[in-house]
Amino acid sequence: MPGKLKAKVVAGRHLPVMDRASDLTDAFVEVKFGTTTFKTDVCPKSLNPQWNSEWFKFEVDDEDLQDEPLQITVLDHDTYSANDAIGKVYIDIDPLLCSEAATVISGWFPIYDTIHGIRGEINVLVKVDLFNDLNRFRQSSCGVKFFCTTSIPRCFRAVLIHGFVEELVVNEDPEYQWIDRIRTPRASNEARQRLISLMSGELQRKIGLKVLEMGGNAVVGYLQCFDLEGESGLVVRAIGTACTLDKISSTYTAAIVQNLSNSSPSKDMKEAGFGEEAPGVPLSSGPPTPLRAQTFSSFSPSKSYSRQSSSSDTELSLTPKTGMGSGGSAGKEAGPLKALLRQQTQSALEQREFPFFTLTGFPPAFLLHVGGVVSARSVKLLDRIHNPALGNTRSYKLLDWNSFTADEPETRDAWWEELRQEIKSHAKALGCHAVVGYSESTSICEEVCILSASGTAAILSSRFVQDGALDTDHRLSRQQASVFTTGAEKGEGVMGSSASLGFEDVAPPACGFCHIPYDELNMPFPAQLTYCHCCRRHKVPDVLFTTIDVPTEANVTGKGCLIQARLCRTKKKGQGEGNATAISNLLPFLEYELHTQLLNKLKLRGMNALFGLRVQISVGDTMLLGLASATGVYLTALPSPGGIQIAGKTPNDITYEQHISNMQKKINDTIAKNKELYEINPPKLFTLDPDAFRSINTEFVEEVIGSPIPEPRQRSRLFRSHSESSDEVLELDLSHGKKDAFVLEIDDTDAIEDIHSLLTDAPTPPGFYSCNTEIMPGIYNWTSGLQMFTSVRVFRLSNANLTNQGLNKIFNDLCENLLKSLYFKLRSMVPCCLCHVNFIVAVPEDELIQVAVTAVAMSFDKDQSQENGRQSGDKTLMKAITENEEQLQFPLELSAESPSNPLSCAKGLSEVSGPLPSARAPSVDHSSFTDRCSSWIEQLRLKAHTIRRGSIKTMSSLEKASPVPEGRSRSLRSNRSCPGSSITVVKMTPLSFIPGAKIIKYLGIINMFFIRETTSLREEGGVSGFLHSFIAEVFAMVRAHVAALGGNAVVSYSMKECVFMENPNKNQAQCLINVSGDAVIFIRESELEATPSQTQSGNVQTSSNGEGT
Amino acid sequence: MSVELDVFVGNTTIMDKEVYQLWLNGYTVNDAVKVRMEGGVMEECEASAEVLLSDTMDQFRTFQMCERLLQNPAKLANQLLFQIPPDRQAMLIERYYAFADAFVREVLGKKLSKGTKKDLDDVSAKTGITLKSCRRQFDNFKRVFKVVEELKGPLVENIRQHFLLPDQLARDYAAIVFFANNRFETGKKKLQYLTFQDFAFCAGQLINNWTVGAVDNMVEDMDVDLDKEFLQDLKDLKILIADKDLLDQHKSLVCVALRGKTKVFNEMETNFKNLSRGLVNIAAKLTNPKDVRDFFIDLVEKFIEPCKSDRWTATDVNLYLTHYTNSAHILDSFKYQTVWTRYMGVIKSCILRMYHE
Repeated sequence: MPGKLKAKVVAGRHLPVMDRASDLTDAFVEVKFGTTTFKTDVCPKSLNPQWNSEWFKFEVDDEDLQDEPLQITVLDHDTYSANDAIGKVYIDIDPLLCSEAATVISGWFPIYDTIHGIRGEINVLVKVDLFNDLNRFRQSSCGVKFFCTTSIPRCFRAVLIHGFVEELVVNEDPEYQWIDRIRTPRASNEARQRLISLMSGELQRKIGLKVLEMGGNAVVGYLQCFDLEGESGLVVRAIGTACTLDKISSTYTAAIVQNLSNSSPSKDMKEAGFGEEAPGVPLSSGPPTPLRAQTFSSFSPSKSYSRQSSSSDTELSLTPKTGMGSGGSAGKEAGPLKALLRQQTQSALEQREFPFFTLTGFPPAFLLHVGGVVSARSVKLLDRIHNPALGNTRSYKLLDWNSFTADEPETRDAWWEELRQEIKSHAKALGCHAVVGYSESTSICEEVCILSASGTAAILSSRFVQDGALDTDHRLSRQQASVFTTGAEKGEGVMGSSASLGFEDVAPPACGFCHIPYDELNMPFPAQLTYCHCCRRHKVPDVLFTTIDVPTEANVTGKGCLIQARLCRTKKKGQGEGNATAISNLLPFLEYELHTQLLNKLKLRGMNALFGLRVQISVGDTMLLGLASATGVYLTALPSPGGIQIAGKTPNDITYEQHISNMQKKINDTIAKNKELYEINPPKLFTLDPDAFRSINTEFVEEVIGSPIPEPRQRSRLFRSHSESSDEVLELDLSHGKKDAFVLEIDDTDAIEDIHSLLTDAPTPPGFYSCNTEIMPGIYNWTSGLQMFTSVRVFRLSNANLTNQGLNKIFNDLCENLLKSLYFKLRSMVPCCLCHVNFIVAVPEDELIQVAVTAVAMSFDKDQSQENGRQSGDKTLMKAITENEEQLQFPLELSAESPSNPLSCAKGLSEVSGPLPSARAPSVDHSSFTDRCSSWIEQLRLKAHTIRRGSIKTMSSLEKASPVPEGRSRSLRSNRSCPGSSITVVKMTPLSFIPGAKIIKYLGIINMFFIRETTSLREEGGVSGFLHSFIAEVFAMVRAHVAALGGNAVVSYSMKECVFMENPNKNQAQCLINVSGDAVIFIRESELEATPSQTQSGNVQTSSNGEGT
Repeated sequence: MSVELDVFVGNTTIMDKEVYQLWLNGYTVNDAVKVRMEGGVMEECEASAEVLLSDTMDQFRTFQMCERLLQNPAKLANQLLFQIPPDRQAMLIERYYAFADAFVREVLGKKLSKGTKKDLDDVSAKTGITLKSCRRQFDNFKRVFKVVEELKGPLVENIRQHFLLPDQLARDYAAIVFFANNRFETGKKKLQYLTFQDFAFCAGQLINNWTVGAVDNMVEDMDVDLDKEFLQDLKDLKILIADKDLLDQHKSLVCVALRGKTKVFNEMETNFKNLSRGLVNIAAKLTNPKDVRDFFIDLVEKFIEPCKSDRWTATDVNLYLTHYTNSAHILDSFKYQTVWTRYMGVIKSCILRMYHE
């Protein structure tokens, strides 16, 4: 239960002069944890004091260890007057509580003062001795790992993904307490910083407890936010995805290797979740198509759609909803499969209140289908809430406040709950049982607060979501209920499970997620469906909007680009409820327009899908700002977008017509130019000739595999036979694809505005690309050039009565100019891509618009990027395999572990020739419905299996040949790169990876909150000077903390909050910044030892798996 | 409608060399933007004036924030605020401490005091260098001067280590410090033809041969002040001109050696006594600080100008000085050989450097 925290103060340097007379400082240090304080001796008359203190020891509960920061205060000793504080350092010791993270914190920390900024540095050593605590009712959750990264962290493997965790704590904001009137700004700022530090510690601990309850050991995609509600308090809330992660180690690799070679079923039982799956899922089969149709009508719809209808009732009037785009699983004939799959997973997922995942990147085969974006907003009036729930406000006694009328977090909880319910119902309406890429945000202006939640409706594989507590009863009873149907389902179940096992190669790679999850006869919204351009079997929507990253396996034509929709709407000043109503009335229009703008811009670029969509609505006194950012791409699986057609309604006027045709021409030109720019040249053959498609597909696969396996051709033939029933439809949909030109009517001024704003978006300068997702589709050969930056602009509107159009233009120009400036600044990095471009807009005051951008510029190698389509296709696949190293082993490991067909797996590994008998055997074991079909499906799966295997082989040989192996290590032997000189270079990136390098250790989460205030704004260089140095200071402090943990980079870095307030008349300004990220140690690939991989030719496949750790 | 705030902060501090130079040159943001526009960055990168202005402002602000660190370059390497790659740091420091020859000629040998600083606007007007840049350069001189004043050890090395400057620049600063400390007169009209590098060379000679440090290298101020004992000893050289026999002997020895080797032999012979008197008098007077200041002007007036009027070539001067020095060693009654060598070695190389044809 308890732990011992030890701290030692070594030295200081570059201290400020505190004694004007001597130009020196008599410094000493106070080290405080909780209520215990230690002091060092005074080091007289030195700006570079050496204290070399003893070890200060604090004996504390681990609960406190999690909540409290270690507080180090540097003071100047004064004999006659009070000691002057030089500054403080808060050290979050959470990383030390996790056995796998950092072991010691040691390094130079900037001494920070909220008024003066950084004032020198202090060298501190911190250690923790933690005694193991197995108490089940403990309040601490030490050992639960936290990651900001919104995908499975690179050196881990997901065993289970448990799902959504959320927590929220509320407190009174020290800034708004009565005592604030008499205390100094410094004291007030420090109280605030400390409170937020405490609250986030507490929040993290509570979330950790929830994770432990769920049986997980980590939180991935941890997103913590602050709501500064002013008078009504301070809310710290967090959401995340609970997971059980396994560190990928060499011993583990060995186990896999062994497992593979022996194909021993002994390991099967280790994973309960997987064992569970075995009896229910595969290995029996109903007769083919006609019967499936029957099942479809009789069984699945009733169940899934009754839910949908009920959910639609719960929609709230205040909250507009958006459901955009879609993708689906099977076409008509696969209805039952869908139903089964859904139920399977649903049964696991539905045990949870919210089947939400904050992840945006997924283990392979986890994401099956994507429905589209779901979002919900609600407008709330903030009230001062009474009756503190003391359990949530432990910090009071620490801060020793005299009066506390605190808020109950229940109210806020209820608000979010409401919103999440709505999201859930939206997802259901899209035929999805889960929401991925989920995030929540708020915008507050005075007492009005807009809560927003958004995510992507999706169908997930049951693979990772299964709990130990999976309801087998449920499924069993269902099976008994209709024997016949079950048979059919089971037949499909094989397909389903094979998909979930990562054998999606059965379908042409990775178009699965584009297939619609909802039923095409009962579509939740009007959309034009066509057959998937990859597999030709399933229906896909014409456009797909998502909040997730581009799945690594996705087939993308050309490159992507950042697409933004920007909108400003004026609003009357209002008070209270009236104001809230006005805002909520405006919201739907705002969202609709943003959506239209996005769609237009997407089409203008000749693309058909949006990833990483993030819609921000900011509210001010007199306006609403909407900014939607996303990365547009051309998904090969989706139909080519039609052009934009302009139509006028007054056809008599000749000049008018001319005007229109001019505009039309401009638009067409732009589309053509964009297609060229983003290298969008979809293989036309795909849409024209199924045969051509097939041959290309075959060629493609062979290209990738490069080994003489005859499978592909055979495989494609199988496809054809499989999709025979839908051949006619195929022909039909071709003509249909050309009709979908988008018509813009420019009768109204709005449309003219739209077109205008469409055309005014300046193209990125040559050599630049931009996206707001993790990776840019179409660019893979990153060099190590990396530049993370934050840029902030505040724009003052001098003219108070602006029209919507005027405002729009200003806002649009502001964003465009900001982007232009960024391109100019980073021109030396060309060719380069701005990745993870994240805009935060705010309306800090009546006439101010604030835009903050954080992104990373990454340069890449130009030569390789200009390869033709097929080669890059190769690369895509290769990348998909190499990039997500850990993903490789899933299929292998699973096949080895799967009890369903251990024999066939073993066979599959060794030989392709004789899968038939072996496949049959297990089917017999598990079901009486053995027939021709089951073995057929079995065979299909095995072939896919083999193909995958072959491709791995090729990959590794390709790897060897390529001069710059990416994202993959050859050996783990060379370990930690020691920081050499006095200052470690710390890289920062909002991405979850560092190009050309390998993350070997996660050291813990960095979550820091700073306040900076000045009363001498002019002297500090005005608002720009003030903010510039503050941001630089924040970076410096983040780097220092990472370096002290032994790390050399921060990944998944984000600036979540940047609240800037100024009062130039009083020469004052204040700014709050909240940043977070994951501290890591990475090593350059060039530093990695090369293993003698040549000798492993026979074993390459396994070794490449093993190394992909 | 206006941009109220506009900042860009990179994890690695972005600095454009060209903009840095404009900043160092003391341009205002607007002037710098103009220069950049003329330089053609805009066409290169499709930027607008607005973008250029924003970028320039931002970088100027960054430089301003860095300036505090640049004034103490050792700090730049272990500060945490700006993450700057080492090669960039070196560039920043080198350029910050670089100075214009035109400027340094104006202040070389002047006292680095507030008074001189006040006169910088005149210097600025005269040289066309912005006042801001003049101030920076002047402050650099003063800062370096103040720091090395209190340090022991070789001057150049101290400067190099303390300010992390490249060798050549450190040497130049050593010269500046040396000149400022000894207040050598360099501004007279007759000295105008000399470049800073001429003086820097001479300073190097003086530092290496005439200071205390040249003999004993663990004395304070050793490289900054001339060796007093040596200066005292120089008085003894007076015998060369005071003693008539010695002077004649010396002359005949030199003439014997020079005969037939130069076209200006006759002039040499006629001028020998004048020239020798000039050089020895310079030596003898160096105990007087006032005369130390006039060292270079004396060299010009007493030696270089007479030679020039007789159209000596540099080779002639070299020949003459070599034999002039060596012949003194043969004089039996001349006992101050070491002092003579130490004196003439420096004089010879200085004169040769200062002798522009």
